[in-house]
Amino acid sequence: MSNKILEVKNLSKHFGKTKVLMDINFSMEEGQVVSVIGSSGSGKTTLLRCINMLEVANGGKIYLDGNLFIDADSGMKYTQKELREKQLSLGLVFQDFNLFPQYSVLENVTLAPRLLAKERPDYKERKKEILHEIEENAKEILASVGLSEKLNNYPCQLSGGQKQRVSIARALALKPRVLFFDEPTSALDPELTGEILKVIRQLAAEHITMIIVTHEIDFAYSVSDKVIFMDKGVIAEEGTPDEVLKNPKNPRTQAFLQKLS
Amino acid sequence: MSITLNDLILVGTKLAEGFNVTLQIFALTLLFALPLGLIISFGSMSKIAIIKYPIKLFIWIIRGTPLMLQLLVVYYGPSILFGVKGLSNFPAVIITFVINYACYFSEIYRGGIESVPKGQYEAGQVLGLKKSQTFFRIVLLQVVKHIVPPMSNEIITLVKDTSLARTIMLYEVIWAGQKFITSRGWLWPLFATAVFYLLFCGILTLLFGYIEKKLDYFN
Repeated sequence: MSNKILEVKNLSKHFGKTKVLMDINFSMEEGQVVSVIGSSGSGKTTLLRCINMLEVANGGKIYLDGNLFIDADSGMKYTQKELREKQLSLGLVFQDFNLFPQYSVLENVTLAPRLLAKERPDYKERKKEILHEIEENAKEILASVGLSEKLNNYPCQLSGGQKQRVSIARALALKPRVLFFDEPTSALDPELTGEILKVIRQLAAEHITMIIVTHEIDFAYSVSDKVIFMDKGVIAEEGTPDEVLKNPKNPRTQAFLQKLS
Repeated sequence: MSITLNDLILVGTKLAEGFNVTLQIFALTLLFALPLGLIISFGSMSKIAIIKYPIKLFIWIIRGTPLMLQLLVVYYGPSILFGVKGLSNFPAVIITFVINYACYFSEIYRGGIESVPKGQYEAGQVLGLKKSQTFFRIVLLQVVKHIVPPMSNEIITLVKDTSLARTIMLYEVIWAGQKFITSRGWLWPLFATAVFYLLFCGILTLLFGYIEKKLDYFN
């Protein structure tokens, strides 16, 4: 077994009679960055949502670190507790941030770790220490995305780019095995996309394993180890950025890239 | 006609006694109807049809008939329909008001809960929060913010609806004022009851304004 961190096998998903994902297969290694490109409705977002268990896949298996992570073939349902544990090993950054408006920047990042810490057996004795650690860790992450000045601001006081950076920090605070981005710049003004891409580049340099659904082809080219082109619910082409983006073999990939340039 | 100080004190005392009952109806209704409304709203949003539709039907009946009629049914209904001794007037008023207002509140809660974007729940979910944590830590305060204006409207309506208790002879402030017509031939105490309502609603308006302002820091 290689050091595959994530492996998706024969994943399928349909909404009613509409097949959204058909027999999706791919894998990635630890520290890799995979970009998923394709036109709207190609199934990119649904793929992310299935892996993150926001949608229930109808068939296929997903392995994380070599262990069976989601078994959609068996049709079994996970308990809330199992679902939570699984979701904690993955992180997801949404297109429209979904920050919690009533919490400050720092609180947005610390909320989940604080609630999670309550389940630790040593929480009662070490409460102060633990909460202090969580806060320091959050501050560190927020500093790394350039938001040290904004710790006590509320989301409504931030620009779109700043909101998205908080949302990245919030996901990072739980130290996910794989971090997913669902079109992280699509809700932003063009002049703000740069700051988000910079942060993702920085994470790539730190060897954070990431899957990024994006429309930013140049960015995908420069940051990815692997590019997946999806079309009508299937992976039409995958390979290195050079293979897929510079010398696409599939006519559908060619047509898609043509349209964008 | 001149009103002496003694008249004022007499009327004031009687009206205050009546208003005390008004306040009791108001407070008890809120105490029970606010949580009951939340439960009803969960029922009306349930995915289970045999819970959802009977509750929707019930809300329709309660909101579709006059509160005054409901009071009469609860008070006289048991003895007329079943020949049993019914409730005395105070519990009958409280039960009727609680059910009636819980139904209105439930629709306000439903509006508030449905106004919170799905993404908030999903964000809670991918961050590994329990469903209850997502509701109480993330959704609830956003719901509260959304429902303060319609709630304050409804609660101010409740203050004045308490006067309907008089229909089943509960001695609240309007009844107290009205009694002076027969006992003394005075009409003015009835109008003086308005002062109590105005003052109380004024206080509530200030209170809700304060809460709205407190929640102004986010949107």
